[in-house]
Amino acid sequence: MSQTSSTEEKLDHLKHYFVDSDQQFEASKMGMWIFLVTEILFFGGLFVAYIVYRSWYPELYLLASEELHTFWGAVNTAVLIGSSLTVAMAIRSAQLNQIKGLIINLWITIGLALTFMVIKYFEYSEKFAKGILPGSAYSYEGIEHEKANIFFSIYYMMTGLHGVHVLIGIGLMLWLVFKAKKKVFHSGYYTPVEITGLYWHLVDIIWIFLFPLLYLID
Amino acid sequence: MATNDSTTNAKRIQVRRYKPEEHPEKHYLNEEKGLWAWLTTVDHKKIGLMYLGSIAFFFFIGGVLALLLRTELLTPARSFMDADVYNQVFTLHGAIMIFFFLIPAGPAVLGNFILPLQLGAKDVAFPRLNLASYYIYVIGAIFTLVAIFTGGVDTGWTFYTPYSATTGGNVMAMTIGVFILGFSSILTGLNFIVTIHKMRAPGITWNKLPLNLWALYATSLIQILATPVLAITVLLLTMERALGIGIFDPALGGDPVLYQHFFWFYSHPAVYIMIVPGFGIISEVISTFSRKIIFGYWAIALSSLAIAFIGFLVWGHHMFTAGQSSLANMVFSFLTFLVGIPTGIKIFNWLATMYRGSIDMKTPMVYAMVFLFLFTIGGFTGIMLGALSVDIHLHDTYYVVAHFHYVMMGGMVMAFLAGLHYWWPKMFGKMYSELWAKVSCALLFVGFNMTFLPQFVMGAQGMPRRYFNYIDQFQSFHQFSTIGAYVMGVAFLLMAGYMLHSLIKGKPAGSNPWGSRALEWQTSSPPELHNFHHTPVVINGPYDYHKPMSEFQLGIVSSHNGHHAEETVSVPKSEKEQA
Repeated sequence: MSQTSSTEEKLDHLKHYFVDSDQQFEASKMGMWIFLVTEILFFGGLFVAYIVYRSWYPELYLLASEELHTFWGAVNTAVLIGSSLTVAMAIRSAQLNQIKGLIINLWITIGLALTFMVIKYFEYSEKFAKGILPGSAYSYEGIEHEKANIFFSIYYMMTGLHGVHVLIGIGLMLWLVFKAKKKVFHSGYYTPVEITGLYWHLVDIIWIFLFPLLYLID
Repeated sequence: MATNDSTTNAKRIQVRRYKPEEHPEKHYLNEEKGLWAWLTTVDHKKIGLMYLGSIAFFFFIGGVLALLLRTELLTPARSFMDADVYNQVFTLHGAIMIFFFLIPAGPAVLGNFILPLQLGAKDVAFPRLNLASYYIYVIGAIFTLVAIFTGGVDTGWTFYTPYSATTGGNVMAMTIGVFILGFSSILTGLNFIVTIHKMRAPGITWNKLPLNLWALYATSLIQILATPVLAITVLLLTMERALGIGIFDPALGGDPVLYQHFFWFYSHPAVYIMIVPGFGIISEVISTFSRKIIFGYWAIALSSLAIAFIGFLVWGHHMFTAGQSSLANMVFSFLTFLVGIPTGIKIFNWLATMYRGSIDMKTPMVYAMVFLFLFTIGGFTGIMLGALSVDIHLHDTYYVVAHFHYVMMGGMVMAFLAGLHYWWPKMFGKMYSELWAKVSCALLFVGFNMTFLPQFVMGAQGMPRRYFNYIDQFQSFHQFSTIGAYVMGVAFLLMAGYMLHSLIKGKPAGSNPWGSRALEWQTSSPPELHNFHHTPVVINGPYDYHKPMSEFQLGIVSSHNGHHAEETVSVPKSEKEQA
C-alpha cells in the first residue's frame, strides 16, 4: 500500500497502469522469480541428461572428470560466490540511497564475472588443444571409454549455457551502471538492481551445482 | 448508487455506478492512429489483435496445406505431389498449426485481449514484455519460413531423432524457430501469472475470479513449467545437427528414446496449453447464454489446475511402442486415465449450468454446443488410446490423427471460435451477421465430422498415419474425408467473409450485447485505451445473474479518471475522508 510520504517521493518510474510503487515493485519481483523457475527447468533438462548418462556409465564420469582442473573450478566457484556478495551489497547500497557505493559494487561484480569468463576461456582452450572438442570433432585418445565424447558434450552444453548466462549478466550490470550514473535509482526505486541481483544469484547457484557434479566426482 | 459500508477494518471506499458509454467516440482503435503506433503499441488489446491477425494468417497457411494433403490422398497412389513433398507438407501443417496457431490462440490472442479487462486492470503487468513476446513470435515465424524455402522439413512436427539429426532439408532453422517461439510463450505465461496475482481490481478475490482467468492461470503455469524443457530439447537437437554432440544419436553413442522423453515432457503438457484456455472460454459462454450462475465454480476452477498438474505426469503414453519398460507403460497408462476425471467434472458442470437456464442460442453458444459434442468424442477416444493393449493396435494409425483433431480442432478451434464470436463485439464494437455465422458453424460441424469420423474407422482397420499412399480398400474413406475437408474450407472462407463484412458494415454492438455480468462487458465497446474510465469495484461473482446489473457497474468515486500516477496516489486519502 502507498506510504504516507509517497506524494513527496519521486514517481517518475511509476508506470500509469500500477496503483503505486509497491505494486510495481512486487509485480516486477514476482515476474523475475517466475523467470528463474523457467531457468531452473531449462537447465533441468541438461541435469536430467547428466543423470541418465551417469547412471548408465558411472565409470565414464569418473574417468572423464579427471581431465577437468579441480583447482581452477574451485577458484571460479569462489569468484562467483564473491560476486554474489557484491551484487547483494549493490542492492543494499541502492536501498540506502548510496549511489556511489551502488556503482562501485556493480563494477566489482562485473570484474569478478569477467574473471570467471577468463578462467573458463583458458580451461576451454586447454581442452581444445588436446582434441577434447564438442560433438563429432572430439579426437582425444586419453580416456579409455568409448562414450567419452558424450560426457564432454554434456560438459560443454552445461558450462557453455552457464557461460552465456554469465555474459548476459555482465551486459545487464553494465546497463545498470549506465542507469545508475544517470541517477535513475534511489531508495524509492531500485527494482532493476533488485531483480538483476536475483538473476545473478541464480547464475551463481547453477554453478554451485555444476562444480561438484562435473569436477568433484572421484 | 451504492455504498460499500463494511463496518470492520477501518478502510472504506466510496463507490458509485458507472454506466458504460454506449457508442464511444474515442476508443483504443482510434485513439492512436497510423501503422507505427500499432507496431510499437504496448496496449494489450492491440497486441491481442496483432496476434489475431498473425494466427489467422498461419491458420490459413496451415489450412491450405491440409487441403493439399487431403487432395493428394484422393487416390491410393500419387495424385499430384511426390512422396517427399508430401512429407514436408504434413510436417509443416503440423508444426504451423501447433506452434503458430494452437499455442498462441488461447493465451496470446483472446487471453491478451480479455485478461486485463476481466481483472479491471489498465494493462498487463509488463506491457513492454508483452510487445516483445509478439515480436519474438514474429522472429520465430521468420525462421520457420526460412526453413520452408531453404529445403523444407520432413521429420513430422515431433522432430524425432535420429531421423531429424540426419535427414536433409533445413531442420535447424525450424528447430531454432521453435526455440525462439518458446520464449514468446513463456513471456506471455509469466506476464499473465503476475497480472492475475498483482493487478486485480478492488473486490476481485480469488473466488470472484472469472473461470476464464482460472483457465488462463493454469495454462500459464504449464507454459512456464513445460516450455523451458522444450527449449533445451530443441537446443540439444540443434547442437546435434550442428556439432554432432551425440546425446540423442545412437550412431554417436546417444539414446533416441531420451529425446522422446524430453520432447513429450513438453509436448504433452503443451496440448493442455492449447485446450485449457478453451475450457475457460466455454465456461464464460455457457454461463452468459444460460443466464444462470455457473454450476460448481470451484470444481471448474480447480479442475483446470488439476489438468495442468496431471498433464505433467502422462507424457509416457506417447511412447508405449518406443521401448519403455512395461512397468512405466502401466504407470503412464493409469495416470492418463486420471486426466479424464477433471475433464469430466468440467463437462458435467457445464451441463448442470445449462439445466433450467434460459438458454439463448446465439452463435457463441452454438459453437459451445459443437465443442461439447466434438470434444467429448475426442476425450473418450483419448481414453481408448490411453489403454495399453488398445494403443498397441491403434498406435500411429489414423485413429490417433482423428482423436487429435477431435480434441484440438473439435475442442480448441471450436472453443476459440466461440470466444472469438463472443468477444468480437467487444473487440470491434460491431456485430456480425447472426444468420451467416450460424450457417458457417453448421457447415463446419458437418464438414468436420465428414473429415474425421471416417478416419477413426480407417485407423481401426490399420491405415497408418503419415503415409503417402494406401491400399485400395481405404479409398472411399479417404475420399469422403477429403470432401469433408473441402466443406470446412468453404465454411472458413464464409466466416472470413462475414467477419470482414461486420468490420466495415456491421451494426454497432453496444457495450453489452449479451447482457453478461462479467467485468469486461461493463465498459464501452470497443473499450477506451485504458479499459475503464474509473477504477472498477467488484462486489459480486462474475456469474451472479440473479443480481441486478447496477451492482456490476461500480467504481471508486474519484474526480479524475485515475490514469495518471500522481492522481492515483490520492486514492487512499479518499478512503480516510470516508472513514
